[in-house]
Amino acid sequence: MHEVDMTKCLLLSLQEWKQQHQPQVPSVEVVHLQVGDFTCVEPDALVFTWGALVSGTWLAGSELRIERTPLLARCLPCGASYSPRSEQAYRSPCCDHPMEDILSGRELRIRSIEYSLPEQGSSPPAAGSVSPGTPQARELMAGARA
Amino acid sequence: MHMPLEDTLGLNLLAANQHQAEHNREHFDSWRLLCLNMMSSPGAGKTSLLECSLAQLSNEFAMAVLEGDMTTQLDAERLEAVGVPVVPITTGRACHLDAAMVSGGLKLLRQRLDPASLDLLWVENVGNLVCPAEFEVGEHKKVALLSVTEGDDKPLKYPVMFREADCVLITKIDLLPYLPVDVDRIEDHIRQVNPRCSVIRISASSGVGLDSWHAWLRATHAAQCPSPGLATAQPLPSHPTLVNA
Repeated sequence: MHEVDMTKCLLLSLQEWKQQHQPQVPSVEVVHLQVGDFTCVEPDALVFTWGALVSGTWLAGSELRIERTPLLARCLPCGASYSPRSEQAYRSPCCDHPMEDILSGRELRIRSIEYSLPEQGSSPPAAGSVSPGTPQARELMAGARA
Repeated sequence: MHMPLEDTLGLNLLAANQHQAEHNREHFDSWRLLCLNMMSSPGAGKTSLLECSLAQLSNEFAMAVLEGDMTTQLDAERLEAVGVPVVPITTGRACHLDAAMVSGGLKLLRQRLDPASLDLLWVENVGNLVCPAEFEVGEHKKVALLSVTEGDDKPLKYPVMFREADCVLITKIDLLPYLPVDVDRIEDHIRQVNPRCSVIRISASSGVGLDSWHAWLRATHAAQCPSPGLATAQPLPSHPTLVNA
């Protein structure tokens, strides 16, 4: 079951994110994933292995929520989007054309993390969030699958 | 008191593996070598093909192999016999190689030779049509093998592997006279899920198609590692050339 290795990899990726908040340890409530239907990942197996692997770690008690994205492709001759099906060998139903451009379905993405930070002494609470425009987020997004 | 926060990341689930894969690829580029990730189901003929290609190309390219296997070193021993440096990577329980395992293999390889002296590094992945498709190891190109004995439905059943491949080799075509299988249908199914890849029909036993496969290798190597003196070297085509045996 490669979802165990996938989850381990996910934990390493989250570990990298955690470093930003040092010395504080964020208390993570929910990790939101986006998993496309055209990947080798079984979402239920990911959730199962998540529960097993995070117990006893800084992520214990957190929840993994997975949003699935359907496989959508664009038919090159006519430009229409369609849902490729294995029964039709992934061809477009409109023009009977092979599957060229995939519009969605290949996502394997950590979309967002809901968390809180313990308040530190009298310093203001660590407000704000990393938005996709900040250099830090851009660096993280550079690793995202296109 | 706790502040509820939310970070929008858009980060790849496998980012940790991808960072290591990119690090591996930077090494390959600095060594000016081409790295190929060879993937297929168990028994499709990866090792037999490597035996042929290593023997036939050893005068042309300096090569080494990182050999992934779950438990044994049998394949590594077969390839060592051809006279090419082979580093076995035993994955244990894991059904695929990941970028960190390949990085470990590279460390062992560097104890034996200077990788900058190589032209071609082969990574023979663990036999599996599912997991290796999602775990990059830093390769420049992915090569998937599908033997005619596996049936024409496999590209449709394991579409991600065939979609990700830059080149698909249909292997064991010398067996076609004995099988109720339509090789044109196999190739059509590959092209339905990946119309841009090269498809080459080969047999390591009879040697059929090996010329076309080696021509693909030479062209890919020339595009990836142009000779320093050739300022007019052709850039990589945006769409790989379709090659038919």
